[in-house]
Amino acid sequence: MSDAASYNFAYLDEQTKRMIRRALLKAVAIPGYQVPFASREMPMPYGWGTGGVQVTASVLGADDTLKVIDQGSDDTTNAVSIRKFFERTAGIATTTHTSEATVIQTRHRIPEAPLGEGQILVYQVPIPEPLRFLEPRETETRRLHALEDYGLMHVKLYEDIARHGHIATTYAYPVKVDGRYIMDPSPTPKFDNPKMDMCPALQLFGAGREKRIYALPPYTKVVSLDFEDHPFEPTKFDRGCALCGSEGIYLDEVVTDDRGGRMFVCSDTDYCESRRAEATEGGHALHEVPR
Amino acid sequence: MYVAVKGGEAAIAAAHTLLAKERRGDPAVPELTTDQIREQLALAVDRVMSEGSLYDRDLAPLAIKQARGDLIEAIFLVRAYRSTLPRFGYAQPIDTSAMSIRRRISATFKDLPGGQVLGPTFDYTHRLLDDSLNEVAAEPTAPARRPIADDANAPHVADLLGEQGLIEPNPQATDDAPVADLTRDPLAFPAERDLRLQSLARGDEGLLLALGYSTQRGYGRTHPFAGEIRMGSVEVHLAPEELGFEVPLGTIVVTECEMVNQFKGSAESPPQFTRGYGLTFGHSERKSMSMALVDRALRTRELGEEVVAPAQDEEFVLSHVDNVQATGFVEHLKLPHYVDFQAELQLVRQMRREWEEANRKEAAE
Amino acid sequence: MSTSAVARGFADPVHDSQKVFRRALDAMAHPGRIAQLGTHIEPPAPLFATSASLLLALADYETCVWLDDTLAEVPAIAEFVRFHTGTRLTRARREAEFAVIAEPEHMPPLTAFASGTPEYPDRSTTLIIQVETLANRGWQFTGPGIRECASFSAAPLPPDFPEQLAANRARFPLGVDLIFTTQTEIAALPRTCRIVEAA
Ligand SMILES: [Zn+2]
Repeated sequence: MSDAASYNFAYLDEQTKRMIRRALLKAVAIPGYQVPFASREMPMPYGWGTGGVQVTASVLGADDTLKVIDQGSDDTTNAVSIRKFFERTAGIATTTHTSEATVIQTRHRIPEAPLGEGQILVYQVPIPEPLRFLEPRETETRRLHALEDYGLMHVKLYEDIARHGHIATTYAYPVKVDGRYIMDPSPTPKFDNPKMDMCPALQLFGAGREKRIYALPPYTKVVSLDFEDHPFEPTKFDRGCALCGSEGIYLDEVVTDDRGGRMFVCSDTDYCESRRAEATEGGHALHEVPR
Repeated sequence: MYVAVKGGEAAIAAAHTLLAKERRGDPAVPELTTDQIREQLALAVDRVMSEGSLYDRDLAPLAIKQARGDLIEAIFLVRAYRSTLPRFGYAQPIDTSAMSIRRRISATFKDLPGGQVLGPTFDYTHRLLDDSLNEVAAEPTAPARRPIADDANAPHVADLLGEQGLIEPNPQATDDAPVADLTRDPLAFPAERDLRLQSLARGDEGLLLALGYSTQRGYGRTHPFAGEIRMGSVEVHLAPEELGFEVPLGTIVVTECEMVNQFKGSAESPPQFTRGYGLTFGHSERKSMSMALVDRALRTRELGEEVVAPAQDEEFVLSHVDNVQATGFVEHLKLPHYVDFQAELQLVRQMRREWEEANRKEAAE
Repeated sequence: MSTSAVARGFADPVHDSQKVFRRALDAMAHPGRIAQLGTHIEPPAPLFATSASLLLALADYETCVWLDDTLAEVPAIAEFVRFHTGTRLTRARREAEFAVIAEPEHMPPLTAFASGTPEYPDRSTTLIIQVETLANRGWQFTGPGIRECASFSAAPLPPDFPEQLAANRARFPLGVDLIFTTQTEIAALPRTCRIVEAA
C-alpha cells in the first residue's frame, strides 16, 4: 500500500482523470465559471493543494516538465512535498526554472518571468467562490452568477472605500472574466492580477475541498474590479530586492533581528536566482546587502 | 549575507523520522500490535471504519496505530486509501430486520416481541476508574446468554407502529432509481435524503452529537423518542447482473437507531409520528442516535416546516460535517501565507501613514 | 456481443488518453487552431480514428453519447464505442455529454443539444463533428483563447452554420462546444467564440 509504484501514473485512476478532464474542457469553454467536479480524497489534506494536485495529475504527461511553487518559492515545504509526490508517482522531470516548465503548479503567486504559449499554470484554490464571504450559501451564489447579479460585490468594495479610503482587498482580489463571470483569482496578491490579463499561458484552477474547477483560456480579458474614481491599483513596493536589485517585482519581508531590522527580497526565488546569475555572468557586482 | 532558506526536503525527511520515533514511544514498552488495537480498542476501530467509509477490521487498526491514536488522522488515512479502490459493483441494501442481534433496546415500549437485550454497554456502569485494569487481568467470563428467540421475531419498533398507521410509512425503494453517492458526484443542493444520510454516516461524531443535542435544547425541536437501537451483524449480498442471483459477501456489524418524532397532521394526512434514522458501522450508539436526530431535523423542508435552527439547515450541516475536509482547511493555516500577509502589511502601513498625515493636518489647522 | 470482433483500442490507455486529452484541451484553449491528432486505432468506418480517440479518452460509464444516424446505422460502431468506453449510447440528444456527427451537412441544429442551465451551464453537449476539411481561412473569430482574430472554417456544414454559431454565442453562458475532426486533425470552437465575419 505504501509502495507508490503500485499506484497509477500520476496517482489518480483513469476514471477519475477522465471525470476531471471533462470538467477542465467545460471550464475552458466557460471561462471563469466554476465547474463542479467529484473531487477525490487525496493522500494530502484538503486545503493543502488537493484541487491543484488533481488538476495537475489529470493534465500531466510523461514528457511534461513540472515546476511547483508556494509563495513564489520552489523550496517552501509544501512545494517540495507536492513536487516529490509527482516525481514519485509520475516519474516526470521537474525544474525550478519558470521558462523550462510546461506545467507549473502554484499556491499564492504567479511567477515574475512572463509565461508563454503552451505553458499551463495550475492554481491551488481554497475558496473558489468570490461571493462566498458576502453570501455563505452556495444555492444563492450560484443564482447570483446565473443572473450576473454582482451588486453585492460592488457594494462591498464601495463600503471599503467609504470606510478606509481604499478598496481594502489586497489578495484574492476579484476579477471579471471576458466581461461575464466574476472570478476569484485564488489568494494571489493583487500585485499579480494584471499578469492574468491576456496571458498567453492556459490558467487552470482547482479547489479540491470545495470540489470546483475553473479556467482562463490564453488571451482572455481579465479585469480587476474597480470604480472610475477609485481605479484598481496593484501593490507597489518603494524599493527593489536586496539580493538581486530587481524592481517592480513582489517582495517578501524578512525580519533579520528583534530591533526592527527588516530586509526585502524577491518572493519568486527562481527569478531572484536567475537575476543574480545573470549579474555574475555579466561581470556586474552583486547588490550589496544593507545590514 | 542573507541566504534564503533551502533544504525543505531534508527538513521534511527529518521531521518524518522524528514522527516515527515519537509514534513508537519508549522502546522499553512492548510495541502495540494491530491485533491488540482491533480487539481492545474496538470502538475506536468502529469509528474509524464508519467515518472512513470503509469496513475493514485490519486497515482501521493499522491506521489508528500509524496515526498515534489521532482518530481523525486515522479516518483520513482510510479515506485516502479508499479513494484508490476500484469498484466492482454495488451491494444489495442490508436487511437490519434479519440482524443477528447483540443488543436491542427500545425506550418507547416496556416489552415487545424479541424483548429488550441489554448486551455489551457502558450504560449503568458506574464511571469509577477501575484500578484492576492496570494489571493484566484474568480473562473476564461471559455471562450465560439468555436464549434469544428466533431473530426474525424481533420486528422493528417503527414497523409495529406502522401497522396501526401511527407513524409515517418508510419510504419505499424503487429498484432502478439511482442512489446518490457524494464520493462520485459533487454535493449539490437541495440534497435529497439518500445523499444527506450518506453525508451524515461519514460525518464527524462530535459535530453530529452537538447538532443533535442542540435540537433537544430547542434549536429545532423534534420531540424524539428512541424507538429502537439495535446492534449486531447483518449479511451483505451482491447480485451480479451476469449471475442473476444474490451471493453473500460476508457479515458486518452495524448499529441502527430509529427515532420516533412527533408531527402534527395536516388537512391531507392524519396526525402521525415521523422518523429519524441513523446507521453506523460497528458499535456506535452515540453516533447513530445523533445521526437520527439530525436526519429528522434535516427533513424540515420535506415535512413543510420552517428552517429556523442550524441542525435543520442542510447546506450548513452537510458543508461542515466532514471532519477530513474540516481538519484540512483549519490546519492549512499552518502553511505559509507570507505573500498575502505582506500585501495586508503594505496596505495597513499605507493607511496608517494617511491617518497620521490627516491627524497632523488637523492639529495644524 | 462477440468481443473478438471489436477493433483494438488504445495500445497504452494511460498515456494515449493523456495525449489525446491534451490535444483536445489545447484545441479548446486556442479556438480555430488546427492540430494533428496522431492515433493508431482503427475504428469501424465511417467513425474517424480522431473522433474515436476523443471518445476513448473522455467517455466512460458516467457519460452518455449520441451518434448521428449515419454512425448509429453501423452496429460495429456502437459495439466499438461501448466495448472500449463502457458509455451509454442514447437517442436523446439533450441527454448526451458527447455527440458524434458523421454527416455534418444534415446535422441537427445546435439548439437540439443540451446547452446547460443558467446555474449549471457546464451540463451541455460537446459535439464532435466529422468534416472533410479544416482550414485557417474563411470565418473570422474573436474571443478567449484568440489573441486578436482567428480565421477558421470547416466543410461541409449546413449553409446557416455561421448564423447558428452566432446564436450559440448569444446564449452565453449557455451553449454547446464544438470539436471538428478530419481523419487526422482536430480543431475546436467553444461557445465563447464570437464570429465577426462569415466570409
Ligand atoms: Zn531578487
